Amino acid sequence: MFKKILIANRGEIACRIIKSARKMGIQTVAVYSTADQNSLHTEMADEAVLIGPPPSSQSYLLSDRIIKACQDTGAEAVHPGYGFLSENAGFAEALTDLGIAFIGPNVHAIRMMGDKITSKKLAMEAGVNTIPGFTGVIENADHAVAVSQEIGYPVMLKASAGGGGKGMRTAWNDTECRDGFERASNEARSSFGDARVFIEKFIQEPRHIEIQILADGHGNVVYLGERECSTQRRHQKVIEECPSPFLDPATRQAMGEQAVALAKAVNYQSAGTVEFIVDNQRQFYFLEMNTRLQVEHPVTEWVTGTDLVELMIRVANGEKLPFTQADVTLDGWAIEARVYAEDPFRNFLPSVGRLARYMPPPESDTVRVDTGVIEGGEVSMYYDPMIAKVITYGSDRNQAIAQMCTALDAFYIRGVSHNISFLTALMKHPRFVEGRLSTNLIAEEYPDGFQGADIPDEDPSLFVTVVAAIHRRYMDRAARISGQMPGLERQVPNDWVVFMQGEYYPVHVTPVPGGYDVNYQDELYAVRSAWEFGQPLFQGTVNGADICVQVERRYLEYRLTHGGAQVNVLMLNPRAAELHRHMPVKLPPDMSRFLISPMPGLLTRVAVQVGQEVRAGETLAVVEAMKMENVLYAERDGVVAKVLAATGDSLTVDQPIIEFE
Amino acid sequence: MYDIIRQLDEKRGAARLGGGQKRIDNQHARGKLTARERIELLLDPGTFEEWDMFVEHRCSDFGMADQKIPGDGVVTGYGTINGRVVFVFSQDFTVFGGSLSEAHAEKICKIMDHAMRVGAPVVGLNDSGGARIQEGVASLAGYADVFQRNVMASGVIPQISVIMGPCAGGAVYSPAITDFIFMVKDSSYMFVTGPEVVKTVTHEDVTQEELGGATTHSNKSGVADWAFDNDIQALLAVRRFMNFLPANNREQPPVRPTPDPADRKEPSLDTLVPPNPNQPYDMKELLFKIMDDHEFVELKPDYAKNIIIGMGRMNGSTVGVVANQPLVLAGCLDIRSSLKAARFVRFCDCFNIPILTFVDVPGFMPGTDQEHGGIIKHGAKLLYAYAETTVPKITVITRKAYGGAYDVMSSKHLRGDVNFAWPTAEIAVMGSKGAVEILFRKEIRDTELIAEHTEVYRTKFSNPFIAGSRGFIDDVIMPRDTRKRICRSLNMLKNKELKNPWRKHGNIPL
Repeated sequence: MFKKILIANRGEIACRIIKSARKMGIQTVAVYSTADQNSLHTEMADEAVLIGPPPSSQSYLLSDRIIKACQDTGAEAVHPGYGFLSENAGFAEALTDLGIAFIGPNVHAIRMMGDKITSKKLAMEAGVNTIPGFTGVIENADHAVAVSQEIGYPVMLKASAGGGGKGMRTAWNDTECRDGFERASNEARSSFGDARVFIEKFIQEPRHIEIQILADGHGNVVYLGERECSTQRRHQKVIEECPSPFLDPATRQAMGEQAVALAKAVNYQSAGTVEFIVDNQRQFYFLEMNTRLQVEHPVTEWVTGTDLVELMIRVANGEKLPFTQADVTLDGWAIEARVYAEDPFRNFLPSVGRLARYMPPPESDTVRVDTGVIEGGEVSMYYDPMIAKVITYGSDRNQAIAQMCTALDAFYIRGVSHNISFLTALMKHPRFVEGRLSTNLIAEEYPDGFQGADIPDEDPSLFVTVVAAIHRRYMDRAARISGQMPGLERQVPNDWVVFMQGEYYPVHVTPVPGGYDVNYQDELYAVRSAWEFGQPLFQGTVNGADICVQVERRYLEYRLTHGGAQVNVLMLNPRAAELHRHMPVKLPPDMSRFLISPMPGLLTRVAVQVGQEVRAGETLAVVEAMKMENVLYAERDGVVAKVLAATGDSLTVDQPIIEFE
Repeated sequence: MYDIIRQLDEKRGAARLGGGQKRIDNQHARGKLTARERIELLLDPGTFEEWDMFVEHRCSDFGMADQKIPGDGVVTGYGTINGRVVFVFSQDFTVFGGSLSEAHAEKICKIMDHAMRVGAPVVGLNDSGGARIQEGVASLAGYADVFQRNVMASGVIPQISVIMGPCAGGAVYSPAITDFIFMVKDSSYMFVTGPEVVKTVTHEDVTQEELGGATTHSNKSGVADWAFDNDIQALLAVRRFMNFLPANNREQPPVRPTPDPADRKEPSLDTLVPPNPNQPYDMKELLFKIMDDHEFVELKPDYAKNIIIGMGRMNGSTVGVVANQPLVLAGCLDIRSSLKAARFVRFCDCFNIPILTFVDVPGFMPGTDQEHGGIIKHGAKLLYAYAETTVPKITVITRKAYGGAYDVMSSKHLRGDVNFAWPTAEIAVMGSKGAVEILFRKEIRDTELIAEHTEVYRTKFSNPFIAGSRGFIDDVIMPRDTRKRICRSLNMLKNKELKNPWRKHGNIPL
């Protein structure tokens, strides 16, 4: 076995590889850029080598530097992780030439699969289903009908020069096909000046389902079930699971066998993934093969009981696979949620900065967290905004989902924006829960973006009872202050009113050993917790059921987060609550007349002047943030009343830049 | 006797109704509570002892002889907040618009005199149209009597003003002298002359809110320490704030048990200061992470944001915090931040509250604005304030401590008791680039040489060791240990005794 391996990657995947290597007694070498000096992977590895400045083109993508690091440290093998150099045949070749093992497939397989056309050809030769279509030019409507009949309806007519949905038509029969052809080519001509149209099978309710394969250098290839990654946002995977709630054993076997056939066709060795698109009739078609470890590999590991990184290392060392296809079983259900540093409330704008607080949920028999950052670390603008993966396990899908909800509730991040509330909302979305997935799920269910869950409206009891207990605890402690007047020592009352989102919820709170009994709407809620002042997670039980609510005390208010919802709460005594009804409701100021900075950054240009009429879509200003220019456009027609910031100003998020009349 | 009791009930009933139900309804319609409702919420339930309910004005001009309302527009007395005694007066806008008569002023003076005698804080809830014009100079005399007491009480007992309605003209000067001013947004305002006079004299059109509303005073003028959304939030805030303060200048600040270990480590602080010296970071993260239970209460949060002032607890007892904020104007000292911090330092010193100072200051703000505005005098106030304090002073230099600003920010030389530096501290006359440009002015064109010298200067001075070698800092500590080291130092300093020479009073550069 290798004595020392180098991990040519960063973040969570580098940390994850180090863990397996350490378990196998292999020394590890990390490489890092100056931006990652204090990062977790640099710290975890036995050795760490600086390979360059932050941009990956000057560090993590430089094969020469990494090869030199191998030579300098005496690493015998390199695990590339995913991304960066993981599918770079030249890098694998250079290593192999120097006698350093590349922990991945052979150079030939990387090359063949790295080319879309070659891989599709190879797949067809190997008997793998590919999307039926006619890539030649369609001459006329009759030709279109003939081709469509051969492919089988429904079909999609697409402009060759197309993009952005223009010149696209779906046809379910000959009439629609004729009509669609005319329209598509007309549209194509007017939009792109090119009337050419081609025809492809239309995939209904497409799902992204991929097969994990594993091959050794001794001709053994197995498939380790599938992963469904349909829950995507703009082609970026968000949730993955194993198995798929959609596949039946026959389809799984057919897909698995085709994947194995493809792998054998290129003498594949190591772990790899064959991606398919699956329609609502469970017809599946080859998309591409990824010749590396996938981000979402942990769900497969959990359900098949394997350690893919360990197996990759062993295969690279020339070992035989320790099991055969017959040994592979899928046991239980695993789901992975990707935690991104992005703001779901601002159209998923990436967020960078310091992780002022970072507390991932604790790992257990049902929860695994692959993280690449620690509290006090930095989310850098140079790299992928994915900071962690939460993987949960259950004996069935519902249990895995329930575990995921619990784990996400306990994931506490402050300092950068994150998508945990969005992930939680997805976990509770009826379509997700029922397994009615498609790659369009997020686009269809959140057409206007994400506005946050409003679970407390449905059942506020959790928030109400927990905050009542927390407040009572604070009040009981405040009552122990020194210097009280004899005879008038503070008596904390039992009756309180929770004021939350404009509603008053009266509660009766009494201290009991280990917590508080809260009476709310004539029901008793036993709230028990070992929570201490200042802790951001209130973990405990309510009537015996485990709960975890995030809590921040913000001088007068409490901010609670749970289940993807966030509320601010003011605690009042009954008299204050009675008087509180006289208090005016102050709505946040109407900012629709303002152009607001969507992010902190530098105002590099104001493109309009006071009094100027602007039309929707016109450029108003340019904000530079994270070294990127963000052009701000007018949302509607209007007249500029005031320019509130000057070129060169540093802007905070939500700072008004322009006021309209 | 039954007759007397019946009369008593009648009088009490009349007093409680103030200006009558209609005016009470009006007050509510404006989103304001009545004087008595406010007291109810401010004090622990059932603890209010009202005095002078039967006081009436003595004016007979302009038909006032027939208009008497028991209490005369102000409710006074004492009660407790978390069991601790406070005196309170609450002006009643429903009675003659809360206007201040001679009798009204006497009631306020009476509770202030008592508060001084027993050493208890005074909370004033202000909601008054101004002087009782019918009474003329007697009313003005009343104001002055209150001012005189405010001044005598200053530094002896804490005085808190909550502005919950109008407070205009001479009336503003009573709150102005008190230690803290809390205001309510949209329903309170303070100004010396109102919008009508402003319009006549300067032809400016300005609303009451713009001229002297809560937002104006908490953002622009710095007159108010805090602005709250409504009466209830303001009163709850006062309740919580009072928990930090001792009852008087002879008492130590109150103690409250905490489960938070004094030796809690915060490893993430080791990476708080970024490697690039020009990159800002949020000083508040440090403050929240080292305080008991992660609680820190900021004062004047929207004014002169380049310095942070506020309170928290360590070892269960109150500490006052002054910290440069590198996120705003690089944390430099300017007129406004100097004034903000200086007054707060003196408040802490008055009331035996130890002062923690966190330093990351590149210097004083340059510019004609500043110089012509008197930065010399105003900066000197902060220097003076730090230098005269006798309470425990603990200083932590997190990064830059340059030039005169280093001296000012509770340096060893100003009797700092314990001065720590983080390994990232740079204690120098100025940044290395600026220093080299002066030292090697002649070679300024030789960029290579300048870069070389800069590097030499940086390695020599961009560290805490030179200051350490002189004893100007007591130790270099790991950021993660900051809480532990401060808590320990505070315990060590518990019995600190330091006296300034006898004098009538110093002459702070006002």
